[in-house]
Amino acid sequence: MTAYLDTNQASVSAPGFDAGRRRFMALGSGLFLFFLVEPLEVLRAQESRHMPGYPTDFNAYLRIGEDGRVTGFTGKIEMGQGICTSLAQLLAEELDVSVDQVDMVMGDTDLCPWDMGTFGSLSVRAFGPVLRGAGAEARMVLLQMAAEHLNAPVERLQVHSGVITDSGSKKTVSYADLVKGKRIERHLGKVPGKAFSAYSVIGHSTPRKDALEKVTGKAKYAGDKSVPGMLHARILRPPAHGATLKSVDTTAAERVAGVRIVKDGVLVAVLHEHRDVADQALQLIKAQYEPSSSRLDDQNIFDHLVKSAPEPKVVGQTGNLAEGEKLSTTVFEETYFDNYVAHAAMETHSALAHLQDGKMTVWAGTQLPFMLRDKIAGELGMSPDKVRVIPPYVGGGFGGKGTEGPFVEAAKVAKLCGKPVHMIWSREEEFFFDTFRPAAVIKIRAGVDAAGKLVLWDYAIYGGGDREARQFYAIPHERTLAAGGWMTTDPGLHPFAVGAWRAPSNNSNSFGRESHIDTIAAKLKIDPVQFRLDNLANPRFRRVLETAAEKFGWKPAPGPSGRGVGVAIGTDVDSFVATMAEVEVDKDTSRVRVKRVLCVQDMGIVVNPEGARQQMEGCMTMGMGYSLTEHIHFKNGEILDRNFSTYEIPRFSWLPKIETVLIDNPNNPPSGGGEPAIITMGAVIANAVFDAVGARVHQLPVTADRIKHALKKS
Amino acid sequence: MQRTVSFTLNGKPTKVSVDDERMLLWVMREDLGLTGTKFGCGQSLCGACTVIVNNEAMRACSVAMKEVAGKQVLTIEGLSQNDELHPLQKAFLTHYGFQCGFCTPGMILNAYSLLLKTPHPTRAQIVEHMDDNLCRCGAHVRIIAAIEDAASTMSGGAR
Repeated sequence: MTAYLDTNQASVSAPGFDAGRRRFMALGSGLFLFFLVEPLEVLRAQESRHMPGYPTDFNAYLRIGEDGRVTGFTGKIEMGQGICTSLAQLLAEELDVSVDQVDMVMGDTDLCPWDMGTFGSLSVRAFGPVLRGAGAEARMVLLQMAAEHLNAPVERLQVHSGVITDSGSKKTVSYADLVKGKRIERHLGKVPGKAFSAYSVIGHSTPRKDALEKVTGKAKYAGDKSVPGMLHARILRPPAHGATLKSVDTTAAERVAGVRIVKDGVLVAVLHEHRDVADQALQLIKAQYEPSSSRLDDQNIFDHLVKSAPEPKVVGQTGNLAEGEKLSTTVFEETYFDNYVAHAAMETHSALAHLQDGKMTVWAGTQLPFMLRDKIAGELGMSPDKVRVIPPYVGGGFGGKGTEGPFVEAAKVAKLCGKPVHMIWSREEEFFFDTFRPAAVIKIRAGVDAAGKLVLWDYAIYGGGDREARQFYAIPHERTLAAGGWMTTDPGLHPFAVGAWRAPSNNSNSFGRESHIDTIAAKLKIDPVQFRLDNLANPRFRRVLETAAEKFGWKPAPGPSGRGVGVAIGTDVDSFVATMAEVEVDKDTSRVRVKRVLCVQDMGIVVNPEGARQQMEGCMTMGMGYSLTEHIHFKNGEILDRNFSTYEIPRFSWLPKIETVLIDNPNNPPSGGGEPAIITMGAVIANAVFDAVGARVHQLPVTADRIKHALKKS
Repeated sequence: MQRTVSFTLNGKPTKVSVDDERMLLWVMREDLGLTGTKFGCGQSLCGACTVIVNNEAMRACSVAMKEVAGKQVLTIEGLSQNDELHPLQKAFLTHYGFQCGFCTPGMILNAYSLLLKTPHPTRAQIVEHMDDNLCRCGAHVRIIAAIEDAASTMSGGAR
């Protein structure tokens, strides 16, 4: 299993500029505009690390075709987040065409230029401005061509739906007419995009371009592709992480009509034209394993994480902790825990690999098509230009579709057996080999002075990672340490592969930070909203929090008030959120029912408001899962939750009243929308439960048992 | 047992020569090329493979071919008629009742089975009927709104 974004393996093989450009231009005629999204800009929020081989020429382009259609070619992929629509909106805006006239070709490594992948809510945030610039540049080129064609100055030209009109002579020419029979090449210059006030597409809700296919069953995912002669592969799996194959007997499986067995070292694949038959044959294989040497389980993992984590690194620091200790009249020290959580996307990892005439084509439900291409090329000893990855629609990613293992495996088996190979992971494989959100231990020591101001914050997270680990309150003496995480590969730290999980690290960090802030407010008998405002300087944080209090109808009272209301704030991918919730805790069973959740989000300019709200609702709904039930149980390398029977994800019957509020903020560029609203869910529910029953649960998920335990202790 | 199973699929008489113990899900996806019905869990736990068999919502991953012999099977591909979307499809479209779309065919068909029996469901009835269909993207709020809207536009039962 590889890490989610292992940049060391990004052996980028982008073709040279001329070759790459010529290759794409050979695919059609029209106006081509090539442009580059700067790596540092893209990586800024992720982690400013050197990315070897990042292209310096271009990594996206658009084409105005002879039919007048605008096509944006990008390595990004659509996994439900709606960017096939929002990116098209950006192009439509700048080119003055309708969204219907724009096609997005996404993630196909033969048709699209190299891209690092789809994650971190980067698509609109980092890619968007450049895409808009390219649209503006292309429009300017077309206007200059039209000026010549219509013999009119550019200033007199107007564009509507791709048709340019000379306001003097009233003569018209379309984009299609201008580019007909030509191959024109341009590169991104410095033409500015439209001003916010001139927007007519951006900021307006636009029907999703993928809608019709998705409601009619026509949308194709990797598991839906087929080619003649293909075989389904099912792979022999160990019973536990770390268990090693001693012996295998495939004779019974081989007797099943039409079954082929392919072996390569410990890889044993059962192949059949039907997946269900291959699956039945797989069950007939007798295999002996050397048990896993892991002695970790979901109880002892937390001690292990603190003991085994690598040397902590300083994520951020101001002032001097000793000085903070001196200024503190009261000190609050607590430890918080988060556990392993599954992505559990509805689509299991799926791929179809077809080796034909020396070229390996892999349809894969991946978030990282280009990294996958290079990985497959490396593993199979092929040149990257002999590998093509095509990502159809991805049936939910949340970070989990960055795993390369299953896709590489499909390609390997295809090469071994000489037939196209389809691999659709079972749900049990998904709950075993997918990467998990890492467990984490968070230790916080905080102090307030006599005036109730935070003056000390000493924070350390073990195992969970550092994204937004640093607190954002106005605290003069603070230090944040992080030891190990999801991105780094620390051997022996986690008992199985971990990876990015929607807003990686931030769910754990926000849970710890906002639980602790609430703990302090309650001990000081200060209303938790007021306590936050008393210690917040950042105006964007203050605004989302004040707006939330107003929209929610927050009535100030120190906790626990018995009402079951909670608050939590946070920041992710440059956006700001404040969440408030109301819960009910059953007096007998201690079961939690969330009655209402409201989230206020400031994400700068909002490109597609309905799309943004969908993402927020999705975050809030999904976030209830890790807050209340989701928890991977494991012991000695074995994962004990293997399907939805024991791994409970949110259902219709859980639904609270969900309210989303978008801050009207034209002064900041669009920031991320796919993740922010999930980060506060753990803390807001824990805080609301505390407010309801007066006992605090320091560990996610906030289960009935943990509430009972906390009540006993208090 | 290998035999010819005859049934009606999306209104068309259909014959398929299969081992009749094989599950409907894989026969539809692989033998009949209808991939709108999705594999999600294989144990009737997620609802991604929901289809309609004789007007009842069933989980195609757990329905053997011998059980559909002589019956009427409706999949997402058969829901729209004469290129006209079913009101549920229209409502899912206008209410953005999906994100990644993988659970959508199962959601729409399970809702269809509800409206067959309960043309004017209450919100509580919708929630109860839909509860075993899982969506990981969190489109639930909009799915409920879509079903409510479709029920009101259909005013009197599904087609």
